[in-house]
Amino acid sequence: MSNKVIHAIYNDDDVLMDAVKQTRAAHHHIEEIYTPFPVHGLDKAMGLAPTRIAICAFLYGLVGLSVATWMMNFIMIQDWPQDIGGKPSFSYIDNMPAFVPIMFELTVFFAAHLMVITFYMRSKLWPFKQAENPDVRTTDDHFLMEVGVHGNEEELLSFFANTGAVEVKIVEKH
Amino acid sequence: MYTFSSKLKTFSFILMALGVVGIVFGFLNAPKTIEDVEKLLADSHHGHEVAHVEKIAPQAVDTHIVADTVNVAVAHVADSTHVETNNTTVDSTVHVEDTTAVVAVAESPAHTDNHKTHSKADAHYQDDHKAHLEHVLHQLQNKPWAALYVACIFFMLISVGVLAFYAIQYAAQAGWSPILFRVMEGITAYLLPGSIIFFLLLVAAGMHWNHLFVWMDPEVVNPESVKFDKLIFLKKGWLSVGRFLGTAAVILIVWNYVRFKFVKNSIAQDAAEDNAPYKRNFKLAAFFLVFFIVSESIMSWDWIMSVDPHWYSTLFGWYVFASFFVSGITVIAMITLYLKSKGYLEHVNTSHIHDLAKFMFGISIFWTYLWFSQFMLIWYSNIPEEVTYFVTRIEHYKLPFFGMLVLNFIFPLLILINTDFKRLTWIVVMAGIVILFGHYIDFFNMIMPATVGDQWFIGIPEIGALMFFLGLFIFVVFSALTKAPLVPKRNPLIEESKHFHY
Repeated sequence: MSNKVIHAIYNDDDVLMDAVKQTRAAHHHIEEIYTPFPVHGLDKAMGLAPTRIAICAFLYGLVGLSVATWMMNFIMIQDWPQDIGGKPSFSYIDNMPAFVPIMFELTVFFAAHLMVITFYMRSKLWPFKQAENPDVRTTDDHFLMEVGVHGNEEELLSFFANTGAVEVKIVEKH
Repeated sequence: MYTFSSKLKTFSFILMALGVVGIVFGFLNAPKTIEDVEKLLADSHHGHEVAHVEKIAPQAVDTHIVADTVNVAVAHVADSTHVETNNTTVDSTVHVEDTTAVVAVAESPAHTDNHKTHSKADAHYQDDHKAHLEHVLHQLQNKPWAALYVACIFFMLISVGVLAFYAIQYAAQAGWSPILFRVMEGITAYLLPGSIIFFLLLVAAGMHWNHLFVWMDPEVVNPESVKFDKLIFLKKGWLSVGRFLGTAAVILIVWNYVRFKFVKNSIAQDAAEDNAPYKRNFKLAAFFLVFFIVSESIMSWDWIMSVDPHWYSTLFGWYVFASFFVSGITVIAMITLYLKSKGYLEHVNTSHIHDLAKFMFGISIFWTYLWFSQFMLIWYSNIPEEVTYFVTRIEHYKLPFFGMLVLNFIFPLLILINTDFKRLTWIVVMAGIVILFGHYIDFFNMIMPATVGDQWFIGIPEIGALMFFLGLFIFVVFSALTKAPLVPKRNPLIEESKHFHY
């Protein structure tokens, strides 16, 4: 299998969106698209599956709620049920209103932080990660679509030139 | 243009007719005299009068108590209240004529002291029993009034909540909502008939036709009277019938006037050459929102908090606002879905519904936040004069009090958190019904404990009142919807709204 790819570079997100639609219609497989900012609707046009990170966050929130409940039940009710200012430490539910702020905060804390960490892991981001930028201009004002080369290179080059690209080139990918 | 379907019209008339029957039944069935109450109580808890007196005592706090009682610890509120009531009654009526007690103890002179206290206690019991019966009589006589009052204020405030939402949409120049403006204008049409009936109810209370507002009884602020209540006396600068009705009239007139101008400008914009009517509405919205937040706070003290004149809470106004605001948004969503399902709102898409459902979700959480903040602060500090409010509710209204948390918080939280669900008609309608029912219970919990106490029940008077106002609401709102085209024509943001996608 060849590891050559086409880099089609655009300088407008509307042109890019049209190009993506044409590319998809022509059944060329889009490997990746690099943009300097989020392009609204690009994921839909590319046919990417929706993210499930919100579901993760919900589950992490449940974990946080459980941790808070377990922790305070053990500390305040089971382990050492002291009378602190007349608060009823007989059972968890008796004293629950006092625990709600912590239950809420830990739910949010777990949901937020674990979701962010999940995002970093799934998108392979960490502090000393090598940047994977094929063209520095894509962080500023250009959009780059990377398409695998299968079959006729010339035909592909002219196809992408017709989609409004300002620059089309074939590069060897390592 | 919308045409009022004859089926819906018939349905609303049936609701109103059944509702009137229920309301009349409630008034006819209310006991007239103490003897009726005695018979009622004897039928229901025979032989448990003493226990009953004990149980009802915390209720007495609201009506016939001396200021000192507020200083006792919560756990003993019942007992001390009891004692206080005894003392006052003993002072006024000193007659020891209980025969059985006398016979039983008189044989032994050594027990004279005992005998005295004993028979005295019995006399207390007799007086207390009578006071208790009178108390229950007032509660039972209040029942049909309170049922009417809760349903009336609930539906009126729904239209006020919609009006506030409408004004916010104007002031924020929201791009998604103009397509729904006519629906909102239709719903706020209920404000006029709703507030007229409501004002008449307030006047009825002011004329002493009922005992909904304890402080309206002139005896309560008369230092010579046995009913004298120092706490209410100290608040009489605010709690006077004239001031109360005057404020209510001003607030309701301004709200209705603003609603009238809003609709007038909105219709005028349809045929206008420029955006002048739109700009007038924008300015009106800004004015109204300022007036609204002040008047809403005052109305919550007057119309709701003052049924418990011994109790006060600073965030109460916000709490009431959140309750009817979320109900109003829910009603917008449900009526929009109804009209959409009948094919009247072709430009309304699932994104509009999604936005409304997000508001339902968000404001439900906001309501819970305020409910909990109010409850937890009072529960935590446990200051007797504040905490009786929740003690009576938890003691006598356990199911409605905590049940509404499930309806107003847990259920919307779990159902409306999902983005896909917020676009499904049946989910939004189901959540809407639960939220509306939950907030009716919320208003029920605010009014009932102070007016009918532990005699509450969701029976024929309550359901009748609810049905009557629901029928009236449906009739007025859908009649109003036929008066103007459902899509505003020259609203500057209407094109954006038609193509709104999220």
